[in-house]
Amino acid sequence: MQTLEPYLAEHPFLKGLDPRHLNIIVGCASNVSFDAEQYILHEGEEATNFYIIHQGKVALEIFTSDRGPITIQTIGEGDVLGWSWLIPPYHWHYDARAIEPTNAIALDAKCLRDKCEEDHDLGYELLKRFAHVITQRLEATRLQLLDVYGIH
Amino acid sequence: MDSIITDSMIPKPFRIHRMLKETHDTYTIELESTNGADGFPFSSGQFNMVYVFGVGEVPISISGDPKTPKILKHTARSVGTVTKALLKLKSGDVLGVRGPFGSRWPVEESVGNDVILVAGGIGLAPLRPVLYSFISHRDKYGKIILLYGARTPEDLLYKKELEQWRGRFDLEVKVIVDSATGDWRGNVGVVTTLIPRIQFDPLHTVVMICGPEVMMRYTLKELQSRGVKNENIFVSMERNMKCGICLCGHCQFGPKFVCKDGPVFCYEHIKELLGKREI
Repeated sequence: MQTLEPYLAEHPFLKGLDPRHLNIIVGCASNVSFDAEQYILHEGEEATNFYIIHQGKVALEIFTSDRGPITIQTIGEGDVLGWSWLIPPYHWHYDARAIEPTNAIALDAKCLRDKCEEDHDLGYELLKRFAHVITQRLEATRLQLLDVYGIH
Repeated sequence: MDSIITDSMIPKPFRIHRMLKETHDTYTIELESTNGADGFPFSSGQFNMVYVFGVGEVPISISGDPKTPKILKHTARSVGTVTKALLKLKSGDVLGVRGPFGSRWPVEESVGNDVILVAGGIGLAPLRPVLYSFISHRDKYGKIILLYGARTPEDLLYKKELEQWRGRFDLEVKVIVDSATGDWRGNVGVVTTLIPRIQFDPLHTVVMICGPEVMMRYTLKELQSRGVKNENIFVSMERNMKCGICLCGHCQFGPKFVCKDGPVFCYEHIKELLGKREI
């Protein structure tokens, strides 16, 4: 049976990771798939996983009572979904909905948090990689906030 | 020399053939010469000074197909006094046109390369002529990729053509909007986030960018991280063009004049100027 290791080892998010750490991550990983329109996670729910999108497209949404769901970002193949699993109280801040049939690798949050507590080198490596993702998203969000295409 | 300057300063009358509504505040204006002239030759990337009689003159990029210059097309957004007056005109009305002015996109120079067009908002208008040229000589280029960002799905220009381009097997078209409600199934985010999602040969790729300056700056950063050479990146700058022939100085951009040296610049030649606060 083919494991997830070859895919995860080559994924940009995990590339270059110490093989020992990669093995730990593979031990917390499983394949998942979502139908189009299926919600992957909901705001306020416990963040039990994070995901590496293998194929498909996912919308991150905020629900508003007057305008309904508003998409704030879409992510796709190769992107990482979710970092609330890292930060107490480990609850999602947004909804995520598959807008196309989506295949992903789910990483068990509790399993990984425990491993990171046991092995701080692994924790530091993961935090560095998530910090990079968070920085990119923050930069993109700031550009969106500038409303560069609006009339000023 | 004097007569050339004089000719360049005299608007030629053009009649509005058709006004096409693109979005709530943006129209494409189709013009034809009032004297039955055969056409209006131009190169992609160039602009005209469009004169609304009694109101004023405004620079607008040419957004039509260079191969069919009989109908002159401009896409304009209603933002200032002149464009607001311009977009109130109707078929049959006459306005003045001076031009074409300025530099062009490197269409012929890109032959044999992958090409990426990055457009933001109304920045798709000056790039549309390039895409027409690429499509009509499709076999001369490698990959042709259009990345287009807009504010919302309602603000997308040329929706029908975008659908046609997306439907072609030999073009890669990615569209992204800053925000959208639930019924939009496309990408949401900033146009720069599309760059990591495309495959191209960075050493043999020519990129042409048109949009707000801040968008272009972040796009340049992404392209550089992918290894695209500065001399293969071209940007279209926007400044307050008035005379169009490098006399008045309104569009000065450091040691350059956007109306004559631009609006299309090779990034390598202006990298010290782009983002400089005093300019």
